[in-house]
This record gives sequence, structure tokens and C-alpha cells, in this order.
Amino acid sequence: MAELKLPVSEEEIRKLKVGDFVELTGRMITGRDTAHSWLMEDVREEVMPYMKDTVIYHCGPVVAENEDGSYDFVAAGPTTSIREEPYQADVIGRYGLRGVIGKGGMAEKTLAGLAEHGAVYLHAIGGAAQVLARAIPKVERVFMLDEFGVPEAMWVIEVDKFPVVVSMDSHGGSLHDEVEAGAKSKLDELLG
Amino acid sequence: MTAYDNLVETFVELIRRTSTELPADVIQALEKGKAEEQDNGLADKAIATILDNIELARTTSAPICQDTGTPVVWIHHPVGVSTRKLAADFTRAVELATERKYLRPNAVDTLSGRNTGTGHGRGIPFLHFEEWDEPRLEVRMILKGGGSENVGAQYRLPDTPLKAGRDLEGVRRVVLDAVFQAQGKGCAPGVLGVCIGGDRVSAFEMSKRQLLRPIEDTNPIPELAELEARLLKEGNELGVGPMGFGGKTTLLAVKMGVLDRLPACYFVTVTYMCWADRKAAVSIDEKGEATWLS
Repeated sequence: MAELKLPVSEEEIRKLKVGDFVELTGRMITGRDTAHSWLMEDVREEVMPYMKDTVIYHCGPVVAENEDGSYDFVAAGPTTSIREEPYQADVIGRYGLRGVIGKGGMAEKTLAGLAEHGAVYLHAIGGAAQVLARAIPKVERVFMLDEFGVPEAMWVIEVDKFPVVVSMDSHGGSLHDEVEAGAKSKLDELLG
Repeated sequence: MTAYDNLVETFVELIRRTSTELPADVIQALEKGKAEEQDNGLADKAIATILDNIELARTTSAPICQDTGTPVVWIHHPVGVSTRKLAADFTRAVELATERKYLRPNAVDTLSGRNTGTGHGRGIPFLHFEEWDEPRLEVRMILKGGGSENVGAQYRLPDTPLKAGRDLEGVRRVVLDAVFQAQGKGCAPGVLGVCIGGDRVSAFEMSKRQLLRPIEDTNPIPELAELEARLLKEGNELGVGPMGFGGKTTLLAVKMGVLDRLPACYFVTVTYMCWADRKAAVSIDEKGEATWLS
């Protein structure tokens, strides 16, 4: 399994191909439904440095607050990514992201955005909230906690060997398209 | 003062078990899937991670999935027990379970967009009460995640594009379409709860109630038992696989129930439950003694 350090260059990202296992180490940020619309309503300068050349994780964690005011992720698997389809390609372009982590894959607009900007879609194992929380040793800071609530806030986290599969690459490849095409031909056969 | 006057802590324990411990029948079905995927790298790895995760959650008493879902609860109670009191106790238990991190604060005010922070809100948790003749209380619950809820579907037969008429062949056609449409987005391999008939309200409730059935049970209605087995086989033949990575394990089970219908209506309602098929049950006798049923 290849290890990928974050932040990462466009050149490194373009080497990744559909089906590659990758372990991520370094800093990333979480963001899901409310965050994506907020990111596109305006240019959010405050989060820009935490997004450039790293990845956004579609995740709504369970979080514990420690006595010293720091936070720990108690459970932190991916949420379904397709809901961010209207925003994702533009968010990648505006904030200089090199990738997206989620589950279920995304569609044409995002796939085109990945190719244009040099980014990848990384699939984490849905529901594996404990395995993945263990790969998140540190929560650095949080944006929009009061406004968005715990699941929807943007959490800046450090990850250590966070396991993902490249399911959409920067060359137009999509595992999801392949699997869906295979399933469609089987469905047509079964339905006659 | 009766044995059912303060069940808050019993309900918190029920919620903890549901969120952190997957039942044996679901684990067995996942292990069976893993054995079938041994030659497929991505699918095999996905189920291996899922099984590791289930064990970690159990040993650390932490949520299996961070989306701790909607608590959907069926309570059978003896004559004379206050259902308002039971509802208040269960709602308080959701709040405590949220504080103790067995649940994520999972209720969002739809109009303001604000998270209520307590885990409960309008319509959450969802509680069903039924009086029965037995002298004990029985509480069965599932935690129904949102990702898989989004790929549920309700079909109105006849469905012309799918060539689905008002018969079991029509039911088969739309259920296969639902599995295809879901792809891996509902966290496959999933369990399907299906209701044939009913109205738009009763059918979804009935489809969720199917999820309480053991994975390996057999439907008492022979034609539904046959259709369940066929749909499980054909659903897996679609090749969606764990997480939609491609593979043989797309479904763990198909469970079907039936309700009568209006002459004008023929609904087929599909609830998709993710692999984190969280369900648990407790029986509480008239002395307040709890017996865990799962």
C-alpha cells in the first residue's frame, strides 16, 4: 500500500490510478452538506490555508470535548458524497484541493473537475467509524462549530495512515462507472 | 409506582447495545460474504475492514458508525401502562446516550438548519406503541442511518418503464431496480426491508419492521419466502459488491412483508439498511427486570 503525505503536489496526485490503495498521513479538513454550500456562497479566506493542496473529508464525526478544551474524534467514517456533486468541482478549483474522501463515489461534473484541477476521489470504507477514528490521532481546530453543529462543522484534523481506495482518478477513470455499467447489463438480462 | 415508572437507564443501555454491538446473525452474514470475496482484492478488503470495525466498536463500546441514525422503536406494553411516560423516558434516554457519545447529536431543525444538540427533535426518536395481553414490556429498536435511508424507494405499480405489473413478478422487477439504483451508496452489503401493499405511511413502517427479523429466518408465506431467496440471489448477481467496489456480496438478506391495499393503489416500498444493521431488543418484566433479547 502506497503512503501519501499531505499536503501533496499535483504531480504526485496525477500518478494515482483507479484501484490504488493509499494511506494518507498529514493534515486534512472535514466538510459536508452545509459546509459545501457555505464554501461556494463566498470566498472563505479563513479556511483557505487548511484546504490548499490537501483533501476534504466528507464526514460528520462523533466528537468528545476534553477538559482542556481540545477535541477527540470518537467515531468518524465517511458520509455519502453524491450530495456534494453540485458544488464539489468548484470547491476543488476555488480552494486548491487535491482530493476528496467520501463514500459512494461522485458523478460527471466532479470527474471532470478532478481532471481539470489535478485531484482524486478517495473512497473510505463506509460505516468503519472506529477503524477510521483510530487513524485520526489529533483534532487541530474547528470552523463553524456553533453555526453548523458537530456533524457539519469543518474540523481540521491530523491523520496517520488513513486507509482509502482511489475510485476516481485525475485521468477520467471511475470505478463507480465501471461497476454501474456491469450492473446495468446484468439488470437488463435479469429483467429480460 | 410500577416497574415501568423509570426506564431511562434501561433504554440508555438498549441504545448503547444497538449503536456499539452488531448482532450475531449480521456478523455471520458478513463473514459468509467475506469467504465468497476471497479472490476479489477490493471487496475482500472492504469486508475485512468492516469486520475489524465491528470488533473495535464492541470492545471499546463506541458507535459502529458515526451516523448513529434515527432510533426507530417498537414497544409492546401491557394494559394500563402510560405510553406518554414511556415516550418521555425514551426521549430522555436518547439525550443521555447522546451525552455519553453512544449517539451523535443527529437531529437538525429542518427550518433553521440548526442541530438541536440533544439527539431528539420533532419526530425523532420514532416510537410505535402496541398494547398486548402479556404482562411484560418488550422494546425492539433499530438505528436507521441516513445514507442508506436516502436510497430507499417507493414504487407505484404498474410501472411502465420497468414493465412491472401488479403481481409478484412486478414486485421482483422494481426491487431489483432499487438495488441497482442504490449501487454502493447505501453502504452495501445491505439488508432490504420490503413492504408489498399498504399506503404511503403504513408501507414504510412495515418495510422497516421487516428489519427486526433474523437474517436467516424464512418467511412464513411460501411465495414470499421464494421471492426473498430469488431476490437475494439476483441482487447479488448485479455485482455491485461491498461499498460498490464490485463483487459478489451486494445484499445480506431480503425480507418482505405484506399489507392490504386500496383498489387504486399498489405500492412496493423498499427500505435499504446498510451493513451496520443495528438492532437490539429487551424484555422488561413486571418487577422491572430486564432480559436482553439480542
